[in-house]
Amino acid sequence: MKLLRAVFIPVLAIGAGLGIGAIIVKMVGESPGEMYRLLFTGAFGSLNGIAYTLFYATPLIFTGLAVAVAFRGGLFNIGAEGQLTLAAFVAAWAGINLSFLPPLILVPTCICVAVAVGAIWAAIPGFLKVRFGVHEVINTIMMNFVAVGLANFLVTGPFRAPGDQIPETTLIGNAAHIPRAGALLSPVGLDMPSYVPLNVSFLMGIVACILIHLFLFRTTWGFEMRAVGLNPKAAEAAGINVAKNIVLAMAISGALAGLVGVNDVMGYEYRYRDGFSPGYGFLGIAVALLGRNHPFGVLCTAILFGALVRGGLTVDMLMERISKDIVYLIQGVIIVAVASAGAGARRWKTRALRERAT
Amino acid sequence: MPAQVPGGGKRELCARGLHKHASYTGISRASTMDRELISSGIRLATPLTLAAIGGLFSERSGIVNIALEGLMLFGAFAAATATLYSGSPWVGVLAAAVAGAVVAHVHGLVCVKFKGDHIVSGVAINILAMGAPPFIAGALFGTTGSTPDVARSLGTWNLGRIGASSTGYSPLVYMSWLAVPFAYVLVFRTRFGLRLRAAGENPWAAEAAGVNIARVRYAAVILSGIFAGLGGAFLSIGYGTSFVRNMTAGRGFLALAALIFGKWTPIGAFAGCLLFGFADAFQMRLQGVAKIPPQFVQMIPYVVTILVLIGVVGRARPPAALGKVYDREQSSGAE
Repeated sequence: MKLLRAVFIPVLAIGAGLGIGAIIVKMVGESPGEMYRLLFTGAFGSLNGIAYTLFYATPLIFTGLAVAVAFRGGLFNIGAEGQLTLAAFVAAWAGINLSFLPPLILVPTCICVAVAVGAIWAAIPGFLKVRFGVHEVINTIMMNFVAVGLANFLVTGPFRAPGDQIPETTLIGNAAHIPRAGALLSPVGLDMPSYVPLNVSFLMGIVACILIHLFLFRTTWGFEMRAVGLNPKAAEAAGINVAKNIVLAMAISGALAGLVGVNDVMGYEYRYRDGFSPGYGFLGIAVALLGRNHPFGVLCTAILFGALVRGGLTVDMLMERISKDIVYLIQGVIIVAVASAGAGARRWKTRALRERAT
Repeated sequence: MPAQVPGGGKRELCARGLHKHASYTGISRASTMDRELISSGIRLATPLTLAAIGGLFSERSGIVNIALEGLMLFGAFAAATATLYSGSPWVGVLAAAVAGAVVAHVHGLVCVKFKGDHIVSGVAINILAMGAPPFIAGALFGTTGSTPDVARSLGTWNLGRIGASSTGYSPLVYMSWLAVPFAYVLVFRTRFGLRLRAAGENPWAAEAAGVNIARVRYAAVILSGIFAGLGGAFLSIGYGTSFVRNMTAGRGFLALAALIFGKWTPIGAFAGCLLFGFADAFQMRLQGVAKIPPQFVQMIPYVVTILVLIGVVGRARPPAALGKVYDREQSSGAE
């Protein structure tokens, strides 16, 4: 029953998003059926299509998880965008400057610095909340702009690759590359060209989902964090260190966001490019919400959103009057629907509880 | 909604180019430069002021409005499109206000009627605003997300030599100045304003005193949409001549920062907007002249806002019930 409810509302919201998307496409004078057919075949119709779908899903798994973990700890991390930006930059920095190291040392080093920078950048608003009582929402938003400005300064100034048209760093060393799907799938006899950017970080995303699930629901630490998220006063009374848990939840959240940098820098572009994120941090909020702040919900939603992005590109190419922007439109409607319906469900629940009590 | 630093947009590059041109061609008379700096600061403050005043209504009534960015984008797009179809920029201004109001009403529906989370709703509207205007622009004009240039933008009104400009400013600049006393009187000197503030501080007590919280909050959110929409109109048909994808470039969030900087008061928010606008103008001036990286000047508003919040530079206290879902069926203890 609980599972049914957990699935029912997101499915309803997705239906609303696709439905309103269809109406708008119809108004533009194109065929919604044709669009959704192209969208689906683009995303799942071929092995390459599936690989791209999973590639686009990867950053959303990380940011979705990041927002979900913070949310379980009672915090709203709107700062994943800034955290992943700085993390990506330092990953590239390490990949360029430490490229003399062997891959077995360099790859973990790059991942570690990215994760650490993400964690630290996120822990700051957590600390400010604990120490000064400032709500983390505003601070994370403000720190997004500071982070993006900082990265922009670094990549347009001291670390800009000479001669390039757009602000980007030089390429990271080969030793810092992580394997792509093509290399991983050839031993099992599947043929995938090496330009397909799906890489190991997708598997890291799945592992992260499992680990975060175990952490949240199978460890004392996770239990304490959820207790703080549900009712900080009660948690405090039960002897849980609320301050520690707030900072920790933000740090874990930022660390997860930092892994987006690994996907982009070490598995895809092999450099840091200014403005590489099209708003992964904000889409992560949507992913977490639709996935009901549950790691496996996040995984499914991220893949759905990845499919929308991939399919959207196909539609963009093949249908003259439909641009890939339709995807943002559908995603926006889905979130509006889920935000409204979630609260509606909560109201029915309290009403039912009250009736049972009387 | 990629976090883009304001001033990174296309139009600023043009403005930047102009500044550089002016300094290279030897127009070095200090008075000319200062006047130029002042008028450029005033222009850059205008969209912020309109959006911040909009945010003030909503936040004072208890509804968090991080949707300002999206509302501005919808306003900017509606203004350009309506101007293109009607030929009159004033129809565009009206359309921006209406578009802002309609989208803000959606925010109000989610927050007030469906009792959803204010921040989630705001994020949703911002994501919608990333997609809907460019999509519609593409479908209407066959472009990649921008509108064509309007034949006639709002132009300027020359009201004497106000604000160091010999040509005068866009009418929306003057409107943004009028918006400040308007907001002050409405929020602090009328019965509606009292109810609005009560809704933001203690909706349960206000409801008990006979205030219709839902109605007050709807009105406040719709007002915020109208003003944020006008702020967007300034970008597309006041300062510029077309709608460009993501042309707000974070100004909605900057307006929110100014609102907090100004401690949720109209005059304080206006001061914040002017400060941030001048910082932006100054930053453009510095480019190619001084050794300070412009990015650090651009960061100042955000850092200052954090400092204000933690109490280093004065102390900002948000309205007590801000962001709390209000359900009159539930006691104030249940959040």
